[in-house]
Amino acid sequence: MVQSLDYLKETASQTAGPYVHIGLIPNQAGFDIFENNFTNVLADENTRGERIIIEGRVVDGTGTPLRDALLEIWQANADGRYNHELDHQNSGKVDEDFRGWGRTGTDFDTAVYRFETIKPGVVSGRNGKDMAPHINFWIVARGINIGLNTRMYFADEQEANAADPVLNLIEQKTRRKTLIADRDDSGPIPVYRFDIILQGDGETVFFDI
Amino acid sequence: MEFYQRDRTLQPAGYTPIYKTSVARSPRQSLLSLRGSLSEITGPVFGQNELGPLDNDLIRNYAKDGDPIGERIIVHGRVLDENNRPVPNTLVEFWQANAGGRYRHKKDTYLAPIDPNFGGCGRALTDENGYYFFRTIKPGPYPWRNYVNSWRPAHIHFSVFGSGFAQRLITQMYFEGDPLIKECPIVHVVPDEDAINRLIAPIDLKGSVPLDTIAYKFDIVLRGRRSTLFENRLEGN
Repeated sequence: MVQSLDYLKETASQTAGPYVHIGLIPNQAGFDIFENNFTNVLADENTRGERIIIEGRVVDGTGTPLRDALLEIWQANADGRYNHELDHQNSGKVDEDFRGWGRTGTDFDTAVYRFETIKPGVVSGRNGKDMAPHINFWIVARGINIGLNTRMYFADEQEANAADPVLNLIEQKTRRKTLIADRDDSGPIPVYRFDIILQGDGETVFFDI
Repeated sequence: MEFYQRDRTLQPAGYTPIYKTSVARSPRQSLLSLRGSLSEITGPVFGQNELGPLDNDLIRNYAKDGDPIGERIIVHGRVLDENNRPVPNTLVEFWQANAGGRYRHKKDTYLAPIDPNFGGCGRALTDENGYYFFRTIKPGPYPWRNYVNSWRPAHIHFSVFGSGFAQRLITQMYFEGDPLIKECPIVHVVPDEDAINRLIAPIDLKGSVPLDTIAYKFDIVLRGRRSTLFENRLEGN
């Protein structure tokens, strides 16, 4: 008999259930408990970079928007740096006023989610190939057995998107646009609209990361 | 540094008809396999200053005029990675129903009463050894609409971050000896019997406080990491 490989095994994922708000965004569940709540606002007045809003819905295979989804985003700062010890990029500096992480739920009535943040810069990808500005998304909800990972790219970064090594991995070119959010400049702050389609026509590209 | 590929044979598929809600909410296209970049190996960092002093004491953190009803329990364990290394200083969040099986949530309409002294959520940071603990009330089972007569076993939801966004995990802890575990469609979306057993916390008499609170031990394993000659950092990690 051969020796065993002495690795532990990753804990199995389970659905976040319909009441994920209780633990992660109790305000939305209807009560106040923590002194410090995590929110959908990533930037304060000191954060560097262009203010943006991201809005959208999470839509199921019947075309119905989810009203109970929880979303988290993780992103680099305006210089393209992540606020994390493993980011050793030479370009740009860490912004002490920007963690780069936010959390929210889709609204119980409107089914819309919203983040207030800044537009990230270019991040260096594998083999020195730059990645176009992007925001990492993670989505959980009742009926989602394991969290879904995807990315949002910016429609006004056409040139960078065309060269992006991750977008270019998507073999079906028509599906690349499921990761690109349109920009709306009609209000005081630019709004990027990013709907996440779980299933069916226009299904969002999700990653096995 | 990069993470080991997730072993999908131990993880539930998206589409699992025995758990009916997954049918319309699971992607049908294959996931795109992505080798880790900075966007995946980094993730948010949390500090003790963001937590309140009672955040890991669910017996006290919502108490208004007395203790919550139910069995007093301690849940404790370690957050490890597949290399058996502790994951230190990582945020662990948990939420649950009260002893009657009712959640404090405006959408929960189960007949069981709300406990005025129980909120049902808390959080902790692991220490340098990956250790966490909290004190709570054992949650009750409750009915749900999957099959007409479906009942969730008693469980506590866990959310864990790890050191990079690729380790992000939500799971549920079940209690040793609960007869409803083997009947539950949500449990059985996990395709591997051993993987299911690892979601069941054993009773831990050594961790219990005599004449006060009984303990359950629950270790959580996140994906392992390998050091590589990543990008321009030739010295490794």
